Formats: sequence, structure tokens, C-alpha cells
Amino acid sequence: MIILTGNDLKTGDVVWWDGQGWSRHLADAVDAGDEAEAIMAREEAARRVNAVYEIEGEQTAEGPRPAHIKDRVRGRGPTVRPDLGIQAEAS
Amino acid sequence: MATMYKYDDYDQTMVDARVAEFRDQTARRLAGDLTEDQFKPLRLMNGLYLQLHAYMLRVAVPYGTLSGAQMHMLATIARKYDKGYGHFTTRQNIQYNWIQLKDAPDILADLATVEMHAIQTSGNCIRNISSDQFAGVAADEVVDPRPYAELLRQWSSFHPEFSYLPRKFKIAVIASDEDRAAMRLHDIGIQMVEKDGALGAKFFAGGGMGRTPMIGPCVREFVPVDELISFSEAVLRVYNRYGRRDNKYKARIKILVHEMGIDAFRAEVDAEYEKMQPLDLEPPRAELKRIEAFFAPPAYEAAEDGYDLSDPDFAIWAETNLFPHKVPGYAAATISLKPVGGIPGDASADQMDLIADLAARYSMDEVRVTHAQNLVLPNVKQADLYALWQELDGAGLAPANLDRASDIIACPGLDYCSLANARSIPIAQRLAERLAPVERRLGDLQIKISGCINACGHHHAGHIGILGVDKKGVESYQLLLGGSAAEDVSLAKITGPGFDEHGIVDAVETVTNLYESERQDGERFLDTYRRLGMAPFKEALYG
Ligand code: HEM
Ligand code: SF4
Repeated sequence: MIILTGNDLKTGDVVWWDGQGWSRHLADAVDAGDEAEAIMAREEAARRVNAVYEIEGEQTAEGPRPAHIKDRVRGRGPTVRPDLGIQAEAS
Repeated sequence: MATMYKYDDYDQTMVDARVAEFRDQTARRLAGDLTEDQFKPLRLMNGLYLQLHAYMLRVAVPYGTLSGAQMHMLATIARKYDKGYGHFTTRQNIQYNWIQLKDAPDILADLATVEMHAIQTSGNCIRNISSDQFAGVAADEVVDPRPYAELLRQWSSFHPEFSYLPRKFKIAVIASDEDRAAMRLHDIGIQMVEKDGALGAKFFAGGGMGRTPMIGPCVREFVPVDELISFSEAVLRVYNRYGRRDNKYKARIKILVHEMGIDAFRAEVDAEYEKMQPLDLEPPRAELKRIEAFFAPPAYEAAEDGYDLSDPDFAIWAETNLFPHKVPGYAAATISLKPVGGIPGDASADQMDLIADLAARYSMDEVRVTHAQNLVLPNVKQADLYALWQELDGAGLAPANLDRASDIIACPGLDYCSLANARSIPIAQRLAERLAPVERRLGDLQIKISGCINACGHHHAGHIGILGVDKKGVESYQLLLGGSAAEDVSLAKITGPGFDEHGIVDAVETVTNLYESERQDGERFLDTYRRLGMAPFKEALYG
């Protein structure tokens, strides 16, 4: 799947394209498929989210899983501080 | 009161004006009037990066010197705007990892109230100037190097000619033969020296780490102190003119010096320096005198050397973490930010507040940041050492491991940094856990870890260096041996094929085991490595 991600302009939070807007939860990410380019262009213009980029990923039983470890870390928070980032809220 | 430079109206006005300007820029960005392409260079000029989880703010700590009030402010910012901690870096700065854009102007305004800012902590300009963490108190220095670092700071702040250099530019100033600031690995390295009773600078240029590490060669043996700025200007001009702007990876001055050769580079600098003479660019002597006055030695009390070592835990800390002071009866104490299993360089807001209080009570209100991501209380009366240690110990701030195996430098790596290939911090944690039980036996051992080729974690200069690489999407680690950032400076060499995250910990242990079985009397790891060479280590690792 093609996942779109960036950082919220105001807070800097990592966000994921959920089909309608931007979610802080990787679990909400949807396959942007062929529309990825169009969504990115539209969202850049809207100026709410920074540095949007597209990544490869796969849908798993636990939800969307980015191919690269960098985005998996972004999806949870620092691996050395489980008390921080979105991973701390999820549980 | 801390012995340090105090802003005059001119300094304060500059910093306040920049805060107001950035407040306006941020408001325009948040309102959607600026695009990210337009705003990014503006935020970077104020130290605001976008990193893995949020915005990251890098605050400059000029030559690593902080007052208690400044340290309290760093704690306040951590608590009020971040997640209760900060990360002290190898560039003697502090970074906050969870900053929100809307708060950034307020943070900069708060910093300005204690004469701090984040200007020139990013971009292709002259960055924060680093120095010896024991400046002003080291028994072996010819002079306190900080007034000269401060003069360079003033000269390089908003210097219009050097705001768009080919690449970033880092200067270190020291004043002793022992190099505690990795001076030779800076774009310009300055060692203050005395010659025939006159003060001057031994001037190096073209050092650096990153993807092409270089040890800076000497450009001039002796630059008289009242030519320091003009000579620096000449070096920068040559770099600004000939530095490779066409290729980011060849743009640092180290590449220029290397490609030209030091003799040709020196000739260019000499010619430029000649041409500049009629311009009379050197600041008036009075300005240097004004700055020097701020660094006049504080009022030390008469005291004798010696203190009670009957508590064995204290004795171990004192033996490991103290540095001789130039004034009898005093010592400089390193506060290790490397608890075993902790995150190298991180300090919580509460710890920062405590350290600020301890500085006020025990260290004439001064704190220093070291390039090894530790802190120093430079002016502690030996009679107070035991009380100080007890308070540090109570707050988890008394690891007795300075320059030992668990005193590891590690960059933020893939846990925080968007340029990373691999995580650094967990490797440091596992290594510290593995080696801490034997570290007293191992003696002086400097392990340095970077999460990518940019080398923020100084892996090229580690006795043992580790570099994280991306092996088809999997974290992998190269092992390097034989580096040093000290006066016996050298660049570490790669042992061979890399290791996975568990393998690298075993590999380091293989190396330290071999050292223990091969070392001769009094040899540090580095000495044994230099005597034996790479071969036996390779053999032990790859057989
Ligand atoms: C997390 C965000 C960071 C980013 C994006 C970043 C970026 C970079 C880059 C791109 C370079 C290579 C420059 C070149 O070779 O031309 C570099 C070098 C360096 N950085 Fe960082 N860095 C970060 C954090 C740090 C930290 C936390 C420290 C201190 C622990 C640090 C200290 C250094 C040092 C000492 C060097 C190598 C010295 C040299 O420039 O030759 N950086 N950094
Ligand atoms: S060395 Fe690489 S991974 Fe580590 S902080 Fe620097 S840029 Fe990031």
C-alpha cells in the first residue's frame, strides 16, 4: 500500500493520511493508491501539514506497517522512551 | 555570580529583535501566508528543525558555559514546552525534541531573558563556538580561552559576509596542550599559546568528521592575539571563495584544504591576509579588554588540597570524575549524564534545576557542557565535594564513569533523527550494561556511536567507534577502532563487515577481551591497539 505521512504544521505531530484528513494514529492510515500525488499536492497547498511524503507499506493483522524502520519509529515514538509519543497514549 | 560574558545593550537588542522578527514569521506561517518552502530557512535560522517526531529546537550554549539562571531556564523550557527533558550534545548545545511551532517564539523570548538564543545553530554559517569544558580552571592552560571564543562569537554573529558559506562552519578554541574539545576535528581549531612571553594562537583549519573525516593541519604556528580576528577572516574568505558550492558532500573546508593541499591553502590565506591589512578589520583592543574583564578569576577562598575519602563509593567517584583545578583547595567535578541503561546526554527538568541549584551553592553559579555529553561544575571547594556528591547521587547524577566504557557518546540516531540509518541509543545502553561491570578494569576507553555517516556521535574519533548503516532496510553496525579526539588525534579504521544489533555488542566485547589479554603495563585500550595494529583484532572478530 501507499501511505502518506507528514508532520502537523502547528504541533509538529507525526500524521498519516486517513482518507479524509490527517490522523495521529498510524492505524488509521489508508492506501492512497493512485491518488497519492494529487492528495499530496492538494494538502501541501492547504498548508496544514509539513513535509508530506509517500512511503511503501503493507496491511497486516496489526494494521498498516511501513516498509522502512524510520516510519515505524515515527508511528510509535522513540523506542528508548516508551513513555513518550503516540505509543504512550495508545495503551 | 558566574564568571561569564554579560550581554551589553547591543547584544540584547540583537537577540530581542530576532525574537520579534521570528514571532512575526511564525504567525504568518501559521496563518498560511507563508509556504513551508518560504518558512523553512527562516525557522532553521532560529534553530528550529523538523525531526522524526516533532519540531526540534537546538539552543546554543556559547563555548559550553552556563550560569545557574540559564540552567534553570533550560529546565523551565523542558517542563513548560517540551516533555520534561533535554538532550546535551557533542557540540556543547542542548536540543529539545518535542517542540510545537506555535510555542517556538515564546521559547526564544524566554531564552532571551537569560541571554540565550538559537541563532546560527543551523545553516551554512559559523556555528556555536566550542571550547574546553575546563576553560578558566584547568591547571594546564596558558590562559582562559573563553574571551577569545567570545570575541570570535561576536565577530561571527550575523557576519554578513559569512552568512552563506559553502557549508556549515565550526570553530573550537582551547588553551592547553591536552585537547579536551576535539579541536583538530573542527573547521577551524585554535590553540592559544605563548611564544616569547606573547600570547597568540596556533591556528588549524580543515578538520572535520562527517562522511570524509579529516584532521585539521596547521595553517600558521603563531598568530598574535591582536590579529586573531583578521586572520580568521582571511581563512574564511579563502574558504568562502574557493569552497565547493557545487557539491554538498565536498563543500566543507576540510575538502578544500585537502584538495588544494595545505601549502597552497596557506599561500592563499597569506595572500588574502596581506591584502586585508589596509582594511584594519581587527576589533579595537579595548573590546578584547572589555571581554577579558568578564572572565577575571572569581574570588576563590584560601584553602588547602585534600578531602576525606573514607566513603568508598565517594572515593571511586572522586577518583574518576574530578579534574585538577588551578586553585589549591578546589576541583572541577564532572556530572556524568551516562547512567548505565540511560540515554547519553539526556537530563530531566528536575535534574537540570538541581544542577543549577548545586552550581549556585557549590560552584560559583557556573555549569559547563562537555563535548562528551556530560556536565561540569568547574569551581567546587574540595571541602564541599562530599556533600555535593551525596546530592548528585540522590538524583541519579553520580555515575563514576568519566572516560570509562559506559561513558559512551551516542547521537540521537533513529530514535529521534530523520537522517538516521540506525538507532544509536539502544546500542549505547546495551554496551554500557555489558561493560559497566568490568569498566574499572578496562580503564580509559572512549566508545562513540553515530546513527549515520554525518558522525554527530564522533564515531571516527572513538577508541572504539560504531557507525549505524542501513542494510536493505535493516539496522546494521560497522565497528571502528583506534580513533582519538584528544591531542593524540587519530581517525578510527573500520574492522570489516558490519554486525547486527546484538552482534555489535558481542563484537565490542571481543575487542575489549583481546585488549585485556594483550595489554602491557599502563596501556590504555588505544595504546594497545596502536602497538598491535588492526590484524589481531580482525582475527578475533572474523577469525
Ligand atoms: C537530530 C538532528 C540532527 C541533524 C539533522 C544533524 C545533521 C547533521 C549533518 C547533516 C551533519 C554533517 C555535516 C557535514 O558533514 O557537512 C552533522 C554533523 C555533525 N553534527 Fe549533527 N545533526 C543532528 C543532531 C546532532 C546532535 C544531537 C549532535 C550532538 C550530539 C550533533 C553534532 C554534530 C557533529 C559533532 C557533527 C560532525 C562534525 C562535523 O560537522 O564535521 N548533531 N549533523
Ligand atoms: S549522526 Fe546521523 S543519525 Fe546521528 S544525529 Fe547526526 S544526522 Fe542524525
